[in-house]
Amino acid sequence: MTFFLNRLAWTLPILLGVLTIVFFLLHLIPGDPVDIMLGEQALAADRQQMRAALGLDRPLAVQYLAFLGRTVRGDLGSSIHHRRPVAQLIAERIPATFELMMGGMAVAFAVALPLGLLAALHHGRWLDQLASLFAVLGVATPNFWLGPLLILAFAIRLDWLPVNERGTLAHLVLPSITLGTAMAALLTRMTRTALLEVLGEDYIRTARAKGLGAWAVVIVHALSNALIPVVTVIGLQIGVLLSGAIITERIFDWPGLGTLLLDGIYGRDYPLVQGCILVIAVTYVAVNLLTDLVYGWIDPRIRRP
Amino acid sequence: MKLPSRPARRVLLLASLLGLGFCLPALLAPWLAPYDPLALDLTGSLAPPELAHPLGRDEQGADILSRLLHGARISLAVGLITVSITASVGISVGLLAGYAGGGVEQVAMRLVDVLLAFPGLLLAIALVAVLGPGLGNVIIALSALGWTGFARLVRGQVLAVKALDYVQAAHGLGAGHLRLMAVHILPNVMAPALVQASFAIAAAILSEASLSFLGLGVPAGTPSWGAMLAEGRYVLSEAPYVSIFPGLAIMGVVLGFNLLGDALADWLDPKRRLA
Repeated sequence: MTFFLNRLAWTLPILLGVLTIVFFLLHLIPGDPVDIMLGEQALAADRQQMRAALGLDRPLAVQYLAFLGRTVRGDLGSSIHHRRPVAQLIAERIPATFELMMGGMAVAFAVALPLGLLAALHHGRWLDQLASLFAVLGVATPNFWLGPLLILAFAIRLDWLPVNERGTLAHLVLPSITLGTAMAALLTRMTRTALLEVLGEDYIRTARAKGLGAWAVVIVHALSNALIPVVTVIGLQIGVLLSGAIITERIFDWPGLGTLLLDGIYGRDYPLVQGCILVIAVTYVAVNLLTDLVYGWIDPRIRRP
Repeated sequence: MKLPSRPARRVLLLASLLGLGFCLPALLAPWLAPYDPLALDLTGSLAPPELAHPLGRDEQGADILSRLLHGARISLAVGLITVSITASVGISVGLLAGYAGGGVEQVAMRLVDVLLAFPGLLLAIALVAVLGPGLGNVIIALSALGWTGFARLVRGQVLAVKALDYVQAAHGLGAGHLRLMAVHILPNVMAPALVQASFAIAAAILSEASLSFLGLGVPAGTPSWGAMLAEGRYVLSEAPYVSIFPGLAIMGVVLGFNLLGDALADWLDPKRRLA
């Protein structure tokens, strides 16, 4: 129990740090943010109104406390361009990003588990070398290159899959591959290494000696144990997926949080940018907390300090 | 003469490949590039590869090979400058935090935790969004997060090395804090930091390309590999070569530095070789 409470208590200062950085982002803008958002030709009255709306006319400490108070209540301010609450805009986009991330993760697991397994079982042979090649190439391939190549091959030349829309499962295929490939490469390498380690353990030899079939040994005994270290990297990989989703959404015009963030940046809609960054970072902190708690629950050794 | 060991030969081979295939062409780009990378010639727009333009021409009619060579300069500059900054800051912070312990360590490591709460590129995107595009701002944005990896790594190493007998002995013989850190501890944490630096160069090059692809990196028109890919996206079906070559270049260089990092780790850490 102490482990869970400690871990929870440790997250609070991190969240406060995240909020502080996001607050100060607006103050890092060289020059007057109001001038940048409204343009130099804007009327003085409009400028004054926006300055008041953003709270920029108050002392910094007051602004900061007001920002913390608002955010804790779920109020992320109002978008300048959309003229609607930022929280509402973000809430509308979350399902699309969630769908894309689930797709990316599904691709990663569907490729990495069988490939890592085959590589470990054929250690040192050509299948193993092929998996290793995929592992190094997959990590080095930029998703903003892979995405367009996939579009060229499967949407333009072969005309098998649709792009630039969200809707059916077919629309999800190419964005998911684009997003999931780097994670698949990393997980392949991890699954292979973890399995090779587990396959040398005594209990595997015992299971074999008992006369269990080769597949039963691998699936029941080896894979389930090898997956524990693999699960730990998933928390970190969610972060890679979250930032990868921003680029993938841009490539496929996917109407998610990443597209909203980039539109905010291109349109200099800073309240929207702040809101998106805050939500992505807080999600990441929450996922990491959850991964740690689940991991502590699966593996009691972790709970000891 | 004794031949270098196998891991050492791999490091040498990869370092030479990167030097000859990436660093040297980047440095010599103004002399090697057959054309001006910024020259506009709309009559040659999207011309496919031919003898005079072996990699073809982009939408503005500029020679892709020349843009690729000049783009390598940007990648090299971002990779080396960013990692010089992040390694110096990160190693210093990690060394100090690990050695001093207590409050210094707490403050430094909590700051690292807060910065790492921003996944991947997000903080860099946020910073470039407010600072504005440009090579300098890209380097600042990438450095803001990049040092944390070095700090975490070095702090862990320092904690392990600090407890070793020879450090305790040096302390007993009257060595001061600065001398202990600089002479006795630092050299022993440099090997993993060097490995990390190789991976960090790959990551910085990939991040700059990502930011430029999103239009948040170098100013429009500058021949950066990421920006070239962004331009190529719109002419994908009629001129795929506009996208293919910059993508291959990014992949090759990132792959090279990642493999170099792996090889360095094998070479510098004998325990790893046995695994």
